[in-house]
Amino acid sequence: MIEIKDVHKSFATLEVLKGINLTVEKGEVLSVIGGSGSGKSTLLTCINGLEPINSGAILVDGTEVHAKSTDLNKLRRKIGIVFQQFNAFPHLTVLDNVTLAPRKVLGMGKKQAEEIAVQQLENVGLGDKINVYPGRLSGGQQQRMAIARALAMSPEYMLFDEVTSALDPQLVGEVLDTLKMLADDGMTMICVTHEMAFARDVSDRVAFFHQGVMAEIAPSDEFFRAPKHPETQKFLSNIRE
Amino acid sequence: MFSYTFQWNQALARLPQMLEGALVTMQVAIMSMVLGILIAIILTGFRLSGNKFLNAVAVTWIEIARNTPALFQIYMAHFGVASFGIHFSPFMSLLIGITFNNAGYLSENFRGALKAIPETQTRSARSLGMPPIMAFRTVVLPQMLRISFLPMTNQMVWAVLMTSLGVTVSMNADLYGVTQDLNALTFRTFELFAIAGVIFYIIVKVINLGARLIAARLFRY
Ligand SMILES: Nc1ncnc2c1ncn2[C@@H]1O[C@H](COP(=O)(O)OP(=O)(O)O)[C@@H](O)[C@H]1O
Ligand SMILES: [Mg+2]
Repeated sequence: MIEIKDVHKSFATLEVLKGINLTVEKGEVLSVIGGSGSGKSTLLTCINGLEPINSGAILVDGTEVHAKSTDLNKLRRKIGIVFQQFNAFPHLTVLDNVTLAPRKVLGMGKKQAEEIAVQQLENVGLGDKINVYPGRLSGGQQQRMAIARALAMSPEYMLFDEVTSALDPQLVGEVLDTLKMLADDGMTMICVTHEMAFARDVSDRVAFFHQGVMAEIAPSDEFFRAPKHPETQKFLSNIRE
Repeated sequence: MFSYTFQWNQALARLPQMLEGALVTMQVAIMSMVLGILIAIILTGFRLSGNKFLNAVAVTWIEIARNTPALFQIYMAHFGVASFGIHFSPFMSLLIGITFNNAGYLSENFRGALKAIPETQTRSARSLGMPPIMAFRTVVLPQMLRISFLPMTNQMVWAVLMTSLGVTVSMNADLYGVTQDLNALTFRTFELFAIAGVIFYIIVKVINLGARLIAARLFRY
């Protein structure tokens, strides 16, 4: 379970998160939508402790992420994150990209790590690309590799930050299919996304962020059928046009 | 016309001695590169540390290394420090001088290379649970070394050529030192230095060829 309790976060004088309260249960798929600069990415990087917070608390399975005593390196093993930019490690083959962390961080043997990596890569449809360098992959393939890389650590939570936004339109589908497969498998996921169909059809709940505030959160069908907050209505009607 | 008659045989008879000198030259160059790369990594760390003192140390080093003659740097490593009662052998002085120069140039290269690697690479590695040093070693360093590979090759060439400055601190075991001593003995000036020049040329060519082969093996992406 991820618990976000009255989290405030500023960059210098700019307050980016203004008291966020949110709980994500095990097995839940939450989509987060909202305008650019509303603090969605920042929230994700606070959850895995890449960014510090100013006040409040984030708890992952009861462990306070920003407590001094928390071993962040250990905590991050169970929180996978995939970013908008592909972030493949260009100097490593697809296979080595995926086995790197299991081997170095978890101390897994080469053979076992490769077995897991091949499995994950096959799941995302990259079984025939394992010995290729990422520079040879399309954006969609690189993004699926990044997902496989995160999954190879057997995380309990996955955070996705607009993973389809940098893709050519015809490549969006293959990545969304991967996310959907993961959701069907019962993964706990927070997906920052601009794909409204995905948010509606795949997620359990949808949250709308506006200027550092979570203006609205509701079960996805309700969220799209009857948005309550005026900013949500505005945002959705802009998208539908 | 010239009254000089070439006597190549007499000079070529000294080739084995000169090749031994070439080995010492290579030894100095390689040691100075290994040490220079290690120190350059440390200096780069100083520069990025955000610590004012460490940054000042690194900047001073780099500024002197890049903006004064290599001859001055080697001279200081021998006669300069001798003023304070520190006495290094000619070999050590030459090694220190060239290492100082290498470290300064390479550090500047490394810093540039690091800038070219997106911050998101480190973030991704950290997100996978890697501690900072592991993220640097497995993700950033290999990319940095690739970007810096050509400048490192050039610096290696420079290191070889800089050994010739060792004669100013009485170094006589390296190729240039040996050649100069043989010249004093035989006065076959043109022949001896021409042979030394050819040996230097071949060394540099071999380094460049070797570098290309290594690069082709290491950097397949
Ligand atoms: N590292 C940073 N330093 C300073 N400001 C930042 C940083 N990251 C994000 N911001 C600012 O914080 C605000 C929220 O950014 P972000 O969380 O990326 O929004 P979103 O993902 O919703 O588009 C923006 O105004 C952005 O400019
Ligand atoms: Mg964002």
